[in-house]
Amino acid sequence: MQFMLLFSRQGKLRLQKWYVPLSDKEKKKITRELVQTVLARKPKMCSFLEWRDLKIVYKRYASLYFCCAIEDQDNELITLEIIHRYVELLDKYFGSVCELDIIFNFEKAYFILDEFLLGGEAQETSKKNVLKAIEQADLLQEVSTEVYYHHCKATAIGVHHRVFGLSL
Amino acid sequence: MPAVSKGDGMRGLAVFISDIRNCKSKEAEIKRINKELANIRSKFKGDKALDGYSKKKYVCKLLFIFLLGHDIDFGHMEAVNLLSSNKYTEKQIGYLFISVLVNSNSELIRLINNAIKNDLSSRNPTFMCLALHCIANVGSREMAEAFAGEIPRILVAGDTMDSVKQSAALCLLRLYKTSPDLVLMGEWTSRVVHLLNDQHMGVVTAAISLITCLSQKNPDEFKTCVSLAVSRLSRIVSSASTDLQDYTYYFVPAPWLSCKLLRLLQCYPPPEDGAVKGRLVECLETILNKAQEPPKSKKVQHSNAKNAILFEAISLIIHYDSEPNLLVRACNQLGQFLQHRETNLRYLALESMCTLASSEFSHEAVKTHIETVINALKTERDVSVRQRAADLLYAMCDRSNAKQIVAEMLSYLETADYSIREEMVLKVAILAEKYAVDYSWYVDTILNLIRIAGDYVSEEVWYRVIQIVINRDDVQGYAAKTVFEALQAPACHENMVKVGGYILGEFGNLIAGDPRSSPLVQFNLLHSKFHLCSVPTRALLLSAYIKFINLFPETKSTIQEVLRSDSQIRNSDVELQQRAVEYLKLSSIASTDVLATVLEEMPPFPERESSILAKLKKKKGPGAVSVNELEEGKREGGELNGGGERGGDSSRSGALSLLSLLSPSQHPPSSQCLMLHSRAPRMVALRRSHCSSVDLHGFTCLFE
Repeated sequence: MQFMLLFSRQGKLRLQKWYVPLSDKEKKKITRELVQTVLARKPKMCSFLEWRDLKIVYKRYASLYFCCAIEDQDNELITLEIIHRYVELLDKYFGSVCELDIIFNFEKAYFILDEFLLGGEAQETSKKNVLKAIEQADLLQEVSTEVYYHHCKATAIGVHHRVFGLSL
Repeated sequence: MPAVSKGDGMRGLAVFISDIRNCKSKEAEIKRINKELANIRSKFKGDKALDGYSKKKYVCKLLFIFLLGHDIDFGHMEAVNLLSSNKYTEKQIGYLFISVLVNSNSELIRLINNAIKNDLSSRNPTFMCLALHCIANVGSREMAEAFAGEIPRILVAGDTMDSVKQSAALCLLRLYKTSPDLVLMGEWTSRVVHLLNDQHMGVVTAAISLITCLSQKNPDEFKTCVSLAVSRLSRIVSSASTDLQDYTYYFVPAPWLSCKLLRLLQCYPPPEDGAVKGRLVECLETILNKAQEPPKSKKVQHSNAKNAILFEAISLIIHYDSEPNLLVRACNQLGQFLQHRETNLRYLALESMCTLASSEFSHEAVKTHIETVINALKTERDVSVRQRAADLLYAMCDRSNAKQIVAEMLSYLETADYSIREEMVLKVAILAEKYAVDYSWYVDTILNLIRIAGDYVSEEVWYRVIQIVINRDDVQGYAAKTVFEALQAPACHENMVKVGGYILGEFGNLIAGDPRSSPLVQFNLLHSKFHLCSVPTRALLLSAYIKFINLFPETKSTIQEVLRSDSQIRNSDVELQQRAVEYLKLSSIASTDVLATVLEEMPPFPERESSILAKLKKKKGPGAVSVNELEEGKREGGELNGGGERGGDSSRSGALSLLSLLSPSQHPPSSQCLMLHSRAPRMVALRRSHCSSVDLHGFTCLFE
């Protein structure tokens, strides 16, 4: 995998993971163009498209688009399931994850991703093991006050972002 | 709702994020951000040393601001400081910051590498993983230099924990990809292969990605992985859905690992060992069989996982290209998918069949699906699927179906997306040439291409049609007639004028007998387009005019009149002016013999590798021409050279081909034009122009 982008329907980038070295300028350009291309796709279209010399695999979960760029020889369907597995992990971790969770806990989204994928390849495909690793890390943290962002979430402006609707 | 206590909340961060979200305009957002940046800057510069928590909070805020899209030019030092904290969350944030905001300051790099080194040798698996993740995320050369020796050791050491092994494997992969020269093969390589036998599936999953990449560059070193991979795959494929526990995904056993194993096997030819090969074939057959069984679950995840393995298995079968039975079965399976309700599967089936089409075992089987594919081309709503269908038609084209396929592609071209037109044009041109039995069909096809998608018809394409017409006596008359008719259209594309101008200039005499296409009519037709054309086309037309004077002396005065006009001999463009002046002079001073010699009909072009094929290959899409086809094109191209080369031309240099891929801009403009000097020159007319410029007027004069 070369990179993974998560963005909202308004084109706001919520997560960007780059597995190839690129300059900031190139990253911005790619993001801009690709977001536009994917957002222009209609709902019934297939989840794959060719873009520059890469294959793009994308899927929408509620208000977020998950978009991966893979190389010519990579397997598209399994990439779709990588996306799904990542959503499952987020869902289990946050409990019915929605876009706001990723906005307010963006660093956690990156940590979880790193336990699952590393260098663009699947590192651990057992859901249990990935979650265990994250929980262990969490246990190492200082126990502290309740997460303040509950409050922020309740008062945040904007549309109620529906949960991803995973029935697991 | 999210679970409570996900570690420390970092209230300040949450408040800040909230504030940003509440900003009603971009300006408000920038203002809020600048305020925060100023605050953080002062805190970092402040006298009071910040505690770990605060530092972490501010570094995290900076990270957030950066990820929003704003530039951050400070905070690296503080992030690096966090690395040496013994609090996990602080380390974590520090590592995240430096992985995202990579900095090339050498002092910082030194400090970062030190911190990583400490964490790697800490023997704390969580800290080791953090460090490995960072190296994998950054993958810089400096890190490779510092750690490329250490990581293989960690990977194969007996006492390394599984999770660390997983991270180490992929970390090493990243370093190998970016700095292959720094990852040296050694004792560890054979032990890495044995990780394929590890009992921890996660370790195998991670290690196999590393092994696959290493095998591609060092196949001999890693070839023992093949039999191990086959055993592993066999065990997975034949396992019940409950065997692999958490590695079963929606009733599919270890789909990621299965796909990776099948990918690894594609790095090698079919196994030589009979037992191993037998086992593998059995595996592949099982996978193909399973595709026919009713699904164990209605969920799309189940079918995606199952089909992911199926498609990878088909890729392997195609790669081996040696088991006819499997190839035909694969083709049939793909044929089923071509009509599946799910668009994704239709897309992938079309894509996969493209590769199948080039195998001699399955080429015929692929062709049986032609109607389905044509239907897809016409009716699929998704443009990406239509494009795959077009690619497949191109791949399955041969003598038996060429006319049908070219016709379908031409009609598709009329409504195709602009982004794909150029590639489609190249493909139609290649097919038309390659499978032409009747060259008037070829000429029609190319002229149709120009009519339908003139803007996308590159020079290689129309040069080629001219070359072929020149080389084949039998189609010259037809070409002249057809091009003459095409030019009658009120709005014809400039490329048509170029082709028409050239062909009429050479072969207009073949249709001059008919009063509807008499010389003057031809001239007027061409000249009516003159003012609409760009400079290079006009230059070409001027050459056509002088050829007319030679072919049809009765047009001489009319044409001279045109050449003499101010808009020609005083044209602001040097090339046009020069040609007008020189042609005018040539037509007045040269005797008919000299004129006939200078403007003799173009001899056949020597055969060269088709530049169109090379150009298509450069476009590099799936369905693009393979190198084999290029070679084939070279061989088949010999058929085109109808008349044999007319001799005596010493100028024909092998190096420069009119149809070479060098863009015209790389050559000086046709400076080798006629150069008239006041003293009488001794002209040595050369038959071939040395520059690949747009103009094919085809002769150069050297003055001795």
